[in-house]
Amino acid sequence: MLIKSKTPATSSTSYRLLAGSVLTVFVVFFVLPVLWLVLAATKTDQQLVHGHPLSFGSFQALLDNWDSLTGFQDGAILLWLGNSALYAVISLVITLGVSVPAGYALAMTEFRGRRTLLIATLIVMLMPTATLVVPLFLEINAARLIGTMWSIVLPYAFYPFGVYLTYIYFTTAVPKDLLAAARMDGCSEFGVFRHVALPLATPVIALVGFFSFVANWTNYFLPYVMLPESDQMPIQVGVGNLLSSVPQFNPTAGSLAVERPQLALATLVAITPVLVVFLFAQRFLVSGMLAGATKE
Amino acid sequence: MSVTSSPAGPGRRPRGAGQGWAGPAFVAGYTILLVAFGVLPIGYAVYFAFTDAGGTFTGFANFVGTAQDFRFLDAVGHVAVYLLFWLVSLVVFVVALALLLHRLASGPVSRTLRFLYYIPGALAGAASVLVWLFMLDPTVSPVRSLLSGMGFDTFGQVIAPGNLAVLFTIIAFWTGAGGWIVVMYGALNNIPQDVLEAARIDGAGAWKTAWHVQIPMLRKWIVYMVILAFAGGVQLFVEPQLLSLASVGVAGRDYSLNQLTYDFAFQMNNINGAAAVSVELLVVSASVAGFFVARSGFFDAD
Repeated sequence: MLIKSKTPATSSTSYRLLAGSVLTVFVVFFVLPVLWLVLAATKTDQQLVHGHPLSFGSFQALLDNWDSLTGFQDGAILLWLGNSALYAVISLVITLGVSVPAGYALAMTEFRGRRTLLIATLIVMLMPTATLVVPLFLEINAARLIGTMWSIVLPYAFYPFGVYLTYIYFTTAVPKDLLAAARMDGCSEFGVFRHVALPLATPVIALVGFFSFVANWTNYFLPYVMLPESDQMPIQVGVGNLLSSVPQFNPTAGSLAVERPQLALATLVAITPVLVVFLFAQRFLVSGMLAGATKE
Repeated sequence: MSVTSSPAGPGRRPRGAGQGWAGPAFVAGYTILLVAFGVLPIGYAVYFAFTDAGGTFTGFANFVGTAQDFRFLDAVGHVAVYLLFWLVSLVVFVVALALLLHRLASGPVSRTLRFLYYIPGALAGAASVLVWLFMLDPTVSPVRSLLSGMGFDTFGQVIAPGNLAVLFTIIAFWTGAGGWIVVMYGALNNIPQDVLEAARIDGAGAWKTAWHVQIPMLRKWIVYMVILAFAGGVQLFVEPQLLSLASVGVAGRDYSLNQLTYDFAFQMNNINGAAAVSVELLVVSASVAGFFVARSGFFDAD
């Protein structure tokens, strides 16, 4: 290695100062917009434009914004939230139901086609899913499922990343000897999975659940194409819809105008479930994201 | 770990009673989904890309036709410039911030900073675009003085077509960088202490240690990040689409290639052209991923 020369001790204070300010600038960059968004929901449109950007409005304004937001198209936002929850949860259940056993089998058993399946999973993981939206539309259309929730639930349920995570987890965290011992004790193959592997897999189940939920909840393009009717939209497409009813952004917005603080509130409402799930899953996140890094 | 990967050929008895059917049974559900929503749509796209509306084979006519669309080259250029900005900023800032965090802050400070950086990750999808529409609108933005200092007084000036690649980079970085900083930080933690100690004894300062020791050891993670960020960047859709809804008519609906496929398929009723563009995007993404994987030895066991 080409390491020589010494760093003079005097430069270390100014280095720390510079580095510290870089870290702080990025805190502002990452946090300020979120803070602004939370405060914006408590203001009237007047306050938003004329008040200090980081001032708190009033609880009354927040309530008023909530009332007019839920009043938009007779509570459309609540319907969209319910749709999102329905789609995300059903596909999450299917994802876990298929990817945990699959990851387990890929890691712990030998069978024909195992390698092919692993390679296919890696390739599909690297493929941009949005480029598949039009082909998926054609396929779903051929199956006559357009406009039904299955047109997005089933594609969401296909989650190769979850299989890959489970596979890595089982290869690194669960010793094969343990399973062999259970088999010796007369456990059936399903029994080994059910009574030995599954209880050990809690962290990876939480992790796959989190990633899949967030991916489903935040997807825009697929439902945008598959579910064009307003009463079927998930919240992501719904807030896009709200956006085009804000006169300042879209001058052709009609009489059913939405004000900007209400749009800010809608955005907050849209991300709340992700934040809640994030808080619960947080302790699994760091270790799980690094499942591959700690392989040695 | 002693891996006994016995090729389970037809003539070999698998180890363990009943294990023969267990593997295939456990992967059956996933395999069905993989075929239905991974393999089949690709096959379908290829079929449509090489045929016309009546199902007749047309060779490369759809590819040539879409490439001659007056918006196609512009969209390719837009996505290419955006990818350049996005990948460079991601690699430079994520690695730099992870290194700084790792060196400067310890314990609760570092944990808090990583959490703060991660927060925007919850605003993926449409939410992040909406937030930035506000940030970039001088009438309501908390940084309106910064915007006007740069000569932007109206929303229309900020989102002028020439600025879009930078704006989409900022949005994508804001949403995605935090997660990668957490990953890189964890990878830095995995570098054995004695390696860093040795570098320090050899007289290497922060800069040299980072450049000659830490960054080379992060290489696989950086490659992994670039591959996924590239795959994500190529499919740019929600950002320009929402912006076009909100742009007071400034931004068009044909900025990115995916918007163009949407337009071909659902506005111009040219499904075969849309499939051709989808196939091109898939080929480009797969080739770039393959290139990086091969060059970096990403899947080599070390």
